[in-house]
Order: sequence, then structure tokens, then C-alpha cells
Amino acid sequence: MSSAETTHAPFDPAVLFKTAFLAVVAIFVLVPLLATLLGGFKSLGELRVNPFGWPAHWEWQNYADILFSGRYWQLLRNSLIISTLTVTLTLITASMAAFTFAHVKFYGSSMLLSYLTLGLLFPAATAVLPLFIKVRDLGLLDTYFGVALPQVAFSLAMSVLLLRRFFKDIPHELLEAALVDGCSYIKFFRYVTLPLSRPILATVGTITFVNSWNAYLLPLVMLNTDALYPWPLGIMIYQGEYSSEWHLILAFITLTILPTIILFLLAQKHIVAGLTAGAVKG
Amino acid sequence: MEAGQLTVARRIAIVSAMGVAGETVPQVAVRGPSWDGRFTVLILFLPPALLLFTLFVVLPIGEAAWYSAFNWNGFGRPTNWIGFDNYRFVLETRAFWLALRNNGLIIAVSLAIQLPLALTLALMLAERFRGAVALRMLFFMPYILAEIATGLIFSFVYDGDYGLVASIWRTFGAEPPHLLASTDTAMLAVLIVIVWKYFGFHMMLFIAALQGLDKSLIEAARIDGATRSQALRHVVIPLLYPTIRLSVFFAIVGSLQLFDLVMPLTRGGPADSSNTMVSFLYNNGISRMRVGYGSAIGVILFVICVTFAFTYKRWFMRDE
Repeated sequence: MSSAETTHAPFDPAVLFKTAFLAVVAIFVLVPLLATLLGGFKSLGELRVNPFGWPAHWEWQNYADILFSGRYWQLLRNSLIISTLTVTLTLITASMAAFTFAHVKFYGSSMLLSYLTLGLLFPAATAVLPLFIKVRDLGLLDTYFGVALPQVAFSLAMSVLLLRRFFKDIPHELLEAALVDGCSYIKFFRYVTLPLSRPILATVGTITFVNSWNAYLLPLVMLNTDALYPWPLGIMIYQGEYSSEWHLILAFITLTILPTIILFLLAQKHIVAGLTAGAVKG
Repeated sequence: MEAGQLTVARRIAIVSAMGVAGETVPQVAVRGPSWDGRFTVLILFLPPALLLFTLFVVLPIGEAAWYSAFNWNGFGRPTNWIGFDNYRFVLETRAFWLALRNNGLIIAVSLAIQLPLALTLALMLAERFRGAVALRMLFFMPYILAEIATGLIFSFVYDGDYGLVASIWRTFGAEPPHLLASTDTAMLAVLIVIVWKYFGFHMMLFIAALQGLDKSLIEAARIDGATRSQALRHVVIPLLYPTIRLSVFFAIVGSLQLFDLVMPLTRGGPADSSNTMVSFLYNNGISRMRVGYGSAIGVILFVICVTFAFTYKRWFMRDE
């Protein structure tokens, strides 16, 4: 609205202030991240005297050791398995439920929907002890499913709401006409609703994936075997082992957040839209 | 495969559209198959979600209320009924009130610092200029990083021997402080990390809202002689009230769930000075398998969350 007038006035103090302000915030955000990336290239001795600057001598060994260890890849693999399970199951169960709530009229529909939205009201942590006992009694303790299933359950409320809102925009006449022509609800769901809903499925999938990929509390409670740990658990253990060898820990942090940052750069639009849209509906 | 699906979809769409155009469809033909179909959908499509949700979300909350009446370590069946004693124990613990106070502090900082910061940045970056989009992305990036990774990065930043803060202190010739190890500064250090991680998310909420604003209202105000700051104060900000209320809602809900970030930084210490409600629950209930006591904390947290959500929605957010 006012970009025209600001560019015409070269010595506007407001522009100067704005630039300075943005620069300060950018530095505030960037410095910890860059120091982490560069710290991984330093020796411990150099880190102590020069934590900010460019490495005087590039220690590629820190990163190489981690990349060539099985440990790093195992952590990423576990995280990928758990997140993929969670996303797949969430998308399947939530889209089926959302379709029913959007297109099938039945007694108690709105009641059941508000029942599901109860899940938005409180965090998973509140009932994590009974949840642990439930997962144990089901024999799922120390399995990928023991983490994934509760994650699916807790992502359902938001996912169903987002999907239902989108599904409702598909004209109801389309469904009625298809039914008259002998197409079943299920075929309509499979061949019309789902293909038309790729954007919202991508959004819901992204939210669920990021949440599951970053999750700490549930895996911490449900898993006991190192071999099954996702990366947030693994990195805490790694930090415990190398308590003050910061150069190694920083390299490890950099490598574990790298997939997130790459994904973010590749799919910025989906991620920003997803995380804010999800929020707005919550 | 993608193309195949689309063509099928399109074919059905076309066929269906013709069906609508036909109009004179006998009612009987509609009722019969459609009710059968509805029944199949209800039987097949609803139960998976409802079952998972009931099993892993609703039942555990109910069970938390039940377990909280026992002194139980989680093995065998709960038998040692102690009534409301667990709640009394929780309320008598000093650490509980410290955690509650810390949650209050987080909310206060979110309102007093994070929200104005996010709003200011949004107003600056909603305009188009070179680099605006890149800056938005940069400011949003901390939000998608795992809280665990963020916590670890900042435990390096604050480290008294190797960290960035220590290095700054040394250049001024002062003895570096161990910020995370002191009861006076640990919570302050955590609060700074919270702002670092979450301001970008709130900024994005405001940017999305600003882009959805009706520009003609602002132009009308300018034509009527309002200065930029007057238009901002009397037109733009009031139009943003719904988003501000939403942002406040998320700040409060987020504070009540905060856990992952605290663990790598301080684990709630030293001396419980930086616990949040959830890290207090973890340290005192989960890690020691005190099921009854931990469940009581969970129930209290649940009541706080639900009460807050309902009152806030009733008072401040009338939609949905």
C-alpha cells in the first residue's frame, strides 16, 4: 500500500529504522544456527576461543565420522518409519471419517464430530501415564506402532476438521448425481473426493509429518530399545555420552536438522500454509 | 497413475453432471441404493478414527481420573485407594506452584514481547520489497525445527565454557556466567529461546491476516486524510483483532504443552526453577512411575486446559 512512497524517499528515517530492525532480528535468528553449523567444523580447542567466526582449520572429520557411522542413519530410519506410519494412518482414517461427516447425513453426526474435536482441547501429555499403561497392556510397548498409533489418535481431531471443511466444498449435487448413476459412496470417495483433495491432503500430511518427525515425549515414554529410537531421542543420548565435546554434538545437531531444513526449503508453501491453516482452524 | 485417476474422476464428474441435468429421476431409485450405501460408509469409514481416538485419547483421560485416586506404581492392579490425597500432595508441592508460575511467565512474555514483535515484523514484511519473502522464511524457520534440536543449540549458546554468551562475556574481560545452572537466570534463558522459536509462527499468522485484509478500507482512510500511523492504529489493528486473539490463544495453549524445549536446556532445574507444568509432570510422575500422583497432575493440567479453552472461546472467539 505504501511501498511506492517509501522507495521514492531515499533518506526516509523510517526506512533506515526498519532496515536496522529487520537486520537485528535476522542476526538474532541466524547466529545460533550458523554457529551450530560452523561449530561442527571446528576442533574443541578452537571452538572455545572462536565460537563465532569462520573455522581457522576445517575439520571435516567431525561430520564424516557421524555420516559414516551406522548410528546416524539408524536414527533417521526410525524417525522416517514412525512418521510415515503416522502420516499414512492419519490420512486414511481421518479422510474416511471426514468424508462421512461431510457427505453422509445420519443421526448423531454433529455429536460425534464434536466428540472428535475434544481432542483439540488438551495436549497428549495430560494422560501420558494411563496412555503408557494402555500401550503396555496392548503389548505395543517398544514397537513403532506403540508410538505411531497414539500420534495418529492425537492428530485426528485437527485433521478431520481440516479435511471435512475442504470436502464440504465439493458440490453435494455431484455426489447425488453419481449415486443416481450407480456409483457407490466408496467409489465416489476413492475416485472423486480424494483426487480433488490433493492440496488439503498434502497440507494435513505435512502438519502430521512435521509433528511426528519432531516428537519427543511419546517416543521417550513408549520406547526402551536404542535400536528403535527416533532422532530426537537419539540426539539426547548422544549429547549425554559426549557431554562437553561440543564440536561433535554441534555436527550431530546440524546433520539431524538438515532433513527438516531441506524439506522446508523444498516445500515452503505447503509447510507455511499447512502450519498456519491448521492453527487458524484450531 | 495420476493421469488415470484424474480421467476417472473427470468421467464420473461428467456423467454425474449429466445426471443432474436429467432431473426427472424417480425418487425410489435414489432412496434404495443411497441408504444402503450410507450404511456401508458408516460401518466402514467411521469406526477406525473413532476407535483410535477413544482408545488413545478419551479413555486415558478417564483412566487418569481413576488412577489418580490410588497410590500405584503401575504394576499389577491399582488397589491402594487413597481418595483425593494425590491432589493434596500435588498442591502441597512447591515445585507445582513454581511450574504454574513459569507457565504464567511464558504467557506474559508471549503477550508483552513476542506478540508485539511478531506484529511489527508482519506489518513490515507484508509489504512487497526485495528480500521480504526470504526474511519471512528465515523468521519462520525456527518454528519448524524440533524443540529438542533448538534446546540443544541454545544449551551450546548458553554454555559457560564454550558458548556464544561466554565468548561475548570474555571479550569484555568478565567471568562467563553459567546461565542455565543458576536458579536466577535459568528461566530467563528458557524464555529467550521460546521467543526465538515461536515469534515467526505468530508473524506468519499476522501476515496471512494482513494479506486477507480489504485494502479499500485502508485506502479510504488515507483519502479521508488519515496519516499512515493513524490508519494503522484505527483501521489495520482493529481489523487484526481476531488474529490477535487467535495468536494469544496459541501462546497460552503452547505454554501449557511446553516440554521438549525445556528438557535439553535445563530438565526443569536447577531446583525446579524452570519447570513447566508438563516437565513437572514428567519429572515427578512419569520418570518415577508414580502413576497415581502423575495422573493427578495430568488431571489438573487437563482441567486447566479445558476450562481455559472454553472460557476463552466463549469470551473472545465467537466463531466455531
